[in-house]
Amino acid sequence: MNVIAAMSGGVDSAVASALMVEAGHAVTGIHLALASTPDASRIGSRGCCTVADANDARRVADVLDIPFYVWNLADRFRADVVDDFVAEYAAGRTPNPCVRCNERIKFAAVLDRALALGFDAVVTGHHARLDAGVLRRSVDVGKDQSYVLATLTDRQLGLAVFPLGEMTKDQVRQEAARRGLLVADKPDSHDICFIADGDTRGFLGKHLGARIGDVIDDQTGHVVGQHHGAHGFTVGQRRGLSLGVPAADGKPRYVLSVSVADNTVRVGPGEALEIGFIRTGAPVWHTDVAVGEPLDCIVQLRAHGMTSPATVTPYEHRTEIALHRGQRGIAAGQTAVFYGGADADVVLGAARIETADRVLTDTSPR
Amino acid sequence: MTYLDHAATTPMLPGAAEAMAQQLGAVGNASSLHASGRAARRVVEESREAIAAALGARPSELIFTSGGTESDNLAVKGIFWSRRESDSRRRLIISPTEHHAVLDAVEWLHKHEGAQVCWLPTDSHGRVSVDALLACIEEDPDDVALVSIMWANNEVGTVNDITALAQVCTPFGIPLHTDAVQAVGILPLDVTASGVDALTMTGHKLGGPYGAGVLMLSTDVSATPLSHGGGQERDVRSGTLDTPAVRGLSVGVQEAVVGRTERAARLAALRDRLVDGIQAEIPDAVLNGSPVDSVVAGGPGRLPGNAHLSFPGCEGDALLMLLDARGIECSTGSACSAGVSQPSHVLLAMGAEVERARGSLRFSLGHTSTEADVDHLLEVIPAVVERARRAGLSGARR
Ligand SMILES: Cc1ncc(COP(=O)(O)O)c(C=O)c1O
Repeated sequence: MNVIAAMSGGVDSAVASALMVEAGHAVTGIHLALASTPDASRIGSRGCCTVADANDARRVADVLDIPFYVWNLADRFRADVVDDFVAEYAAGRTPNPCVRCNERIKFAAVLDRALALGFDAVVTGHHARLDAGVLRRSVDVGKDQSYVLATLTDRQLGLAVFPLGEMTKDQVRQEAARRGLLVADKPDSHDICFIADGDTRGFLGKHLGARIGDVIDDQTGHVVGQHHGAHGFTVGQRRGLSLGVPAADGKPRYVLSVSVADNTVRVGPGEALEIGFIRTGAPVWHTDVAVGEPLDCIVQLRAHGMTSPATVTPYEHRTEIALHRGQRGIAAGQTAVFYGGADADVVLGAARIETADRVLTDTSPR
Repeated sequence: MTYLDHAATTPMLPGAAEAMAQQLGAVGNASSLHASGRAARRVVEESREAIAAALGARPSELIFTSGGTESDNLAVKGIFWSRRESDSRRRLIISPTEHHAVLDAVEWLHKHEGAQVCWLPTDSHGRVSVDALLACIEEDPDDVALVSIMWANNEVGTVNDITALAQVCTPFGIPLHTDAVQAVGILPLDVTASGVDALTMTGHKLGGPYGAGVLMLSTDVSATPLSHGGGQERDVRSGTLDTPAVRGLSVGVQEAVVGRTERAARLAALRDRLVDGIQAEIPDAVLNGSPVDSVVAGGPGRLPGNAHLSFPGCEGDALLMLLDARGIECSTGSACSAGVSQPSHVLLAMGAEVERARGSLRFSLGHTSTEADVDHLLEVIPAVVERARRAGLSGARR
């Protein structure tokens, strides 16, 4: 195959590229420049697209002896990922920018361009298995990234290659070291790449402006504190509430809901976060489902969250999810990913969460 | 390999490489007082004289530097600082199509040293007019520290009439610096006759070594040094001289200048065939910059080896990559340190739209270019453009 390898400058994409080269494919390395201002790509930030990262990627390409180019996708990234991120928070939802970036940038803008330029597929260093079009969790469950890939369509997945799915992160590092790649012990990037200092609230404040509002106790209806903008809060959040009035029972309080429209944050005890029923937007299915036919599966509701057995009912442009075990801290805007198969590691489908409800409906396994 | 990027760097001439290699084996600090030192010094001074003769300058005017970037910085910052100190002058008059070595030095002086910048207007070919310069000077002649206008543009190849522009500055006693990196060895150029006060050149664009250049600085103009030390090179540029590079540079400059007329004619003919061939295959391709047959001060109005074209609907990055994969090497214009291409500031200054700037490629011919290079390009370009057009500007926009 004649493939594009998206090379971030990290160890995963380096090894993914190396494996493709060794398998005999014609590989062209591409580093995506995503930061909007030239300055932002100059600071030695922790983000994913600094000049230092581009240079790391270039050095790997040198060692692999493959062509290497930088594609400037800053405009698209800003419009499709960063602006969306801000707009989602402004609407009271909690977006996952990595999901969005995969949907709109890596497996859309980059993929389309690669195909138009005559390439056959896009290779990335994601930790996920993709066998004959079937997306599965990585063998390294702790590093698995199938969650952020689950909303890709079958067409997108059919044009993607994830060479690392059968390897653990430690093995990836060993493979990098074995090939003399200097990125072998480069630390993982954790944060949102376009928020270099990791201060999401500060970033949102800058984009959405600070506006003082009330923190309300969900049970009593009393105002128990103030905040600088409801958009800075996420359902399930506990830290950073700075409440003036302690809870009657002395137990910690959590954000239960956020209303950007009236700029209020409602707080309450942890139990009140327990969610049993979820409605989603339009799903992407990787398996055959029938409208109205309930399906038992395992659902994951956050990138690094716990999983729960659930019953999903597909409808035309939405789904309903009845969790068999209550889950805490479920936020609208996150993705619900459905897993099945003997090891519950096959991605069946995914959809974006629209509303989450406390009612635990039918908890008996079907 | 079809190398069509001679404006980025051109292969070293065998004579220059040989002279340099020979000198690498010789010991001697040109500042030392003993025999080895004197021998090194002799090589440096002979080289200086030979380069001066080739450029029409006096040997005492030449300062050896590490190349074009350093020469530009030394001229712009050094003359600005010196004139600010002696006459408290603060204005810089600059053409917006300069290389980043001038532009960024000017921006830096503006940001950190209180320089005021007058950006000269250019025409749609990127050329600065005598009238525009005069108007800019006359706003406040006594406050002008320096005028800097390049001899020939590295992206689109447009040649300025530097002699006429220098004549505008002279009556006001304002020094004119010109970046002649792309001009030396290609265009008719005589430093003394041109009337410039400072001129930048570099070795690796004319068949000399990398990392070696010259700032011609009139002995009537003083420049504050960028780096301080042993006081070499008129106390303006300290540091032990790189004798092998200086010798290689001297051979490169001499050979380039001696063979100039013949080479320029050959390159112009090749370039014309390249441009005609591309426009025959791709009728909407636009040649940016001065027409191929334009004339400035009796010489070419466009660098003979330069072909800079916009391909509507294509992205320059995509074209470059597709050509590279087929063994053809060219350039999209200015690249920043991360390799992210920005729309060329030169094309934007010429009034081109961002899309046109993004969709352009520079092919530059040099002493090793052949008919076969042009044939190869013309053979692959139709399919490459068609493919790039399909990919469109999709990556850059929604
Ligand atoms: C017009 C011009 N000025 C200055 C430079 C910089 O010269 P150097 O590479 O020797 O630093 C270049 C080359 O990139 C150039 O084309």
